Amino acid sequence: MEKFEVFRKEMGTVRVLNIQGFLDAHTAPDFENELQKIIDEKSYRIIVNLDGLQYISSAGLGVFMGVIEEIRNNGGDLKICCAAPKVFKVFDLLGFPSLYEFYDGEEKALKKFGEK
Amino acid sequence: MTEKTKKFQLKLPIETANLEIIREFVAKIAQNTGFSEENIHRIELAVDEASTNVIKHAYKGTKSDRKYIFVIVSNYSDRLEIDVVDSGRGFDPKQIKIPEMDIYLKNMKRGGLGIYLIKTLMDKVEYKIKPGVKNQVRMVKYKAIN
Repeated sequence: MEKFEVFRKEMGTVRVLNIQGFLDAHTAPDFENELQKIIDEKSYRIIVNLDGLQYISSAGLGVFMGVIEEIRNNGGDLKICCAAPKVFKVFDLLGFPSLYEFYDGEEKALKKFGEK
Repeated sequence: MTEKTKKFQLKLPIETANLEIIREFVAKIAQNTGFSEENIHRIELAVDEASTNVIKHAYKGTKSDRKYIFVIVSNYSDRLEIDVVDSGRGFDPKQIKIPEMDIYLKNMKRGGLGIYLIKTLMDKVEYKIKPGVKNQVRMVKYKAIN
């Protein structure tokens, strides 16, 4: 069975979600729930770390699209880091790098939020 | 002379949990056919997107107790053809809008990304729609130009 797992950690005021495995229409709701929990806590500084994500389909990308407006309307941002080339290519095909900031390391994304 | 073809067929209930089986099925055939890693991923993703559309939308509002998705892969000498088939309510292919991605992203709306991906990832996409009977999305990837 292909697995999908979400791990959460807090780095100062930033919430980091590490997603691993296969993100498709079957697993996207799990990711969406975790992301929504953070937003419900009124935390709007979020990094999604894709290190360990092996596959993404548009259902996964739709989750990012579904939350970004609310996050930015509240003065926050969602930054993405550590995507493998195969995964980044899917974001790239759909033009996501014009809407989201992508970083090759989590630390760089944290720094952008003003965290060490 | 008729062209020699190998056909592979999968019939599954419409459940998102089955996307994994569909992906592995087409990826394995594409791999045995000699496609590059990159093209195997393209084929796998396009078929995932077409199958997701069937699983999520094809049978919405229909009472049929035979809600299945068929994935048929035909291996020709010059190409791989993948048909994703259902017998749901169908749709008008003319109504499919390929989103202008820059405008789409500015509006920050979700959904509709799959259709754009399928068209971008495959060499040819054709629809044959007979609502309630047979709705088919045929996706083609040529071997030579890949």
